[in-house]
Amino acid sequence: MISAPRRYSAAFSPEIIAEIERAADEGLYRIRGFGTLRPLPSFDDLVLLGASISRYSLEGYRERCATNVTLGTRFAKKPIELQIPITIAGMSFGALGANAKRALGRGASAVGTSTTTGDGGMSEEERAESKILVYQVLPSRYGFDPEHLRACEGIEIVVGQGAKPGGGGMLLGQKITERVAEMRTLPAGIDQRSACRHPDWTGPDDLTIKITELREATDWEKPVFVKIGSARPRYDVQLAVKAGADVVVLDGMQGGTGATQEVFIEHAGIPSLPALRQAVEALDELGMHRKVQLVISGGIRSGADVAKALAMGADAVSIGTAALVALGCNRAIHVGDYAALGTEPGACHHCHTGRCPVGIATQDPALETRLDVAEGARRIRNFLTVLTMEAQTLARACGKSHLHNLEPQDLAALTLEAAAMAGVPLAGTDWIPGRNGC
Amino acid sequence: MIEIDLAQSSVRELNQRLHRIGPGDNEHHWHVVNPNGAHAIAVGLTAPVHIEIRGHVGYYCAGMNAVATVVVDGHAGTGLAENIMSGLVRVRGNAAQSAAASGRGGLVVIEGDASARCGISMKGVTIVVGGSVGHMSAFMGQSGALVICGDAGHDLGDSIYEADIFVGGKIASLGADCVEKEMTPADFDRVAALLGCAQIAADAERFRHYGSARRLYNFRIDHAAEY
Repeated sequence: MISAPRRYSAAFSPEIIAEIERAADEGLYRIRGFGTLRPLPSFDDLVLLGASISRYSLEGYRERCATNVTLGTRFAKKPIELQIPITIAGMSFGALGANAKRALGRGASAVGTSTTTGDGGMSEEERAESKILVYQVLPSRYGFDPEHLRACEGIEIVVGQGAKPGGGGMLLGQKITERVAEMRTLPAGIDQRSACRHPDWTGPDDLTIKITELREATDWEKPVFVKIGSARPRYDVQLAVKAGADVVVLDGMQGGTGATQEVFIEHAGIPSLPALRQAVEALDELGMHRKVQLVISGGIRSGADVAKALAMGADAVSIGTAALVALGCNRAIHVGDYAALGTEPGACHHCHTGRCPVGIATQDPALETRLDVAEGARRIRNFLTVLTMEAQTLARACGKSHLHNLEPQDLAALTLEAAAMAGVPLAGTDWIPGRNGC
Repeated sequence: MIEIDLAQSSVRELNQRLHRIGPGDNEHHWHVVNPNGAHAIAVGLTAPVHIEIRGHVGYYCAGMNAVATVVVDGHAGTGLAENIMSGLVRVRGNAAQSAAASGRGGLVVIEGDASARCGISMKGVTIVVGGSVGHMSAFMGQSGALVICGDAGHDLGDSIYEADIFVGGKIASLGADCVEKEMTPADFDRVAALLGCAQIAADAERFRHYGSARRLYNFRIDHAAEY
């Protein structure tokens, strides 16, 4: 007798059934860290068109391809000068341990780029290590200190985050140690759920006045960034520009988080690819492209991603998860500790537990010692260098003497979806779905 | 006494002069006239100056104040003394929404009424309101004290942490996890002292005390209906 193969429901897959059973058993939504796990249209769906006869390339090892970028040229007396167009995204002390923040700062400073604070304020370690530090102004205002505002090189008003546009931050009680609690003026051990809206402004007109206040408090010296999660980037970017932003930071759906509801991570916002295109179009409509700098984050993992993002019109990119992976996130060491969390190297997204096996997303002193700051800084420096060299390699192949000379005409899409989302032709055609009535 | 006429000079010029005051300087007393509702007057101060503003001010007056004393002889717009660190900010009239938002220290006195979200996200500031406050006041209040001599609007103290609220009048409704607490002799003394510091005449004996039930500090499904 021939046995029929088992058939599983597509709608009620084993994973879905397991999640329904878990929800019914626990009565809580699933909270986790990292970022979206499902496949999404991404920069992998684009290719760069290297030069041949119609355009000629630059010598890969001999001709210069510059990488510097200036952020904050619109109003700030002291714009930020970066040697590479790759920054470290905002990640809180609290979500990350002090060693991780130190390593990120030291590594980024070694290659002339910036790091960003996060919910919970500025730690001494981060300020000491980061030569260029962007200070976030978040809805929670945890630890917000005007002395830190004066001590930073740039100010970033966080309106939203790609992993949870419309939602506030979250740090579960197991990571609220005495030091974190003191910085945030909260009782130790509580589940800290940040506000999703700022306490002292609502709407774009208020934001204009808020930005003015921050400029007045710092004598108009520092560039003001506005960070938004990618939901309606066309409108949000234009409103941020109207409000007076020097720099817009756009965080796509693939952006990571230390902890939030999984339903948020997987089902809110739009991917970085269409968000970036809409943001550039929004700036173009206002005549502000390149006058207000655009930083894209969410799903940047390689120099190819950097080159494609810049070709689409970004002035710089920002990395979070990729930087943590470079530090050692998900590395196959201390495998037993991954198992204790119910996971394994390569599949760990348990930042929210505070039991990070590699000592990055933890406040546990014993676990934190697993991250050596000097070695971590070396790895960050190396990774940022590789990203830059890869982007330069592709830019030279396209005949560009500066990364910012990359342009949409250097791109083609491998899928219909990517062509429509990125606004570049499907490879081998002149067709951009959605353009010219097609 | 230094007088600045904002009909003649800009807020930026005023703020930059105030920021340049050093420890040995003798520019202690300032009068600002013709504010005409301008925003961001006297923000980010770090020197122990006394500033009297004669007229109404716009958003964020005395924002992020440290050490200084700022007196507004008029009404104040949104975000008065937001994120105040220390010092004193007094408004002789009314204040719009989000007064003393996320304030970490110091004393904010509003002799008239305060609108919605007074003391939202407060982190150590003391706020004394001579009149009434609007809805969602002390929302997510983490630390410090909000003293309301008049009435409070809906959802007072919603999602409050460790801040204390003292109310002399009526309350439209309490927010999630905010409950009435015992008014101890120490609390009566504390309210009397705060009223004295604020130079607000009110009888401490009529105040009641509100704070967190601490049921929402760690998420439990049994309390989901609170939200």
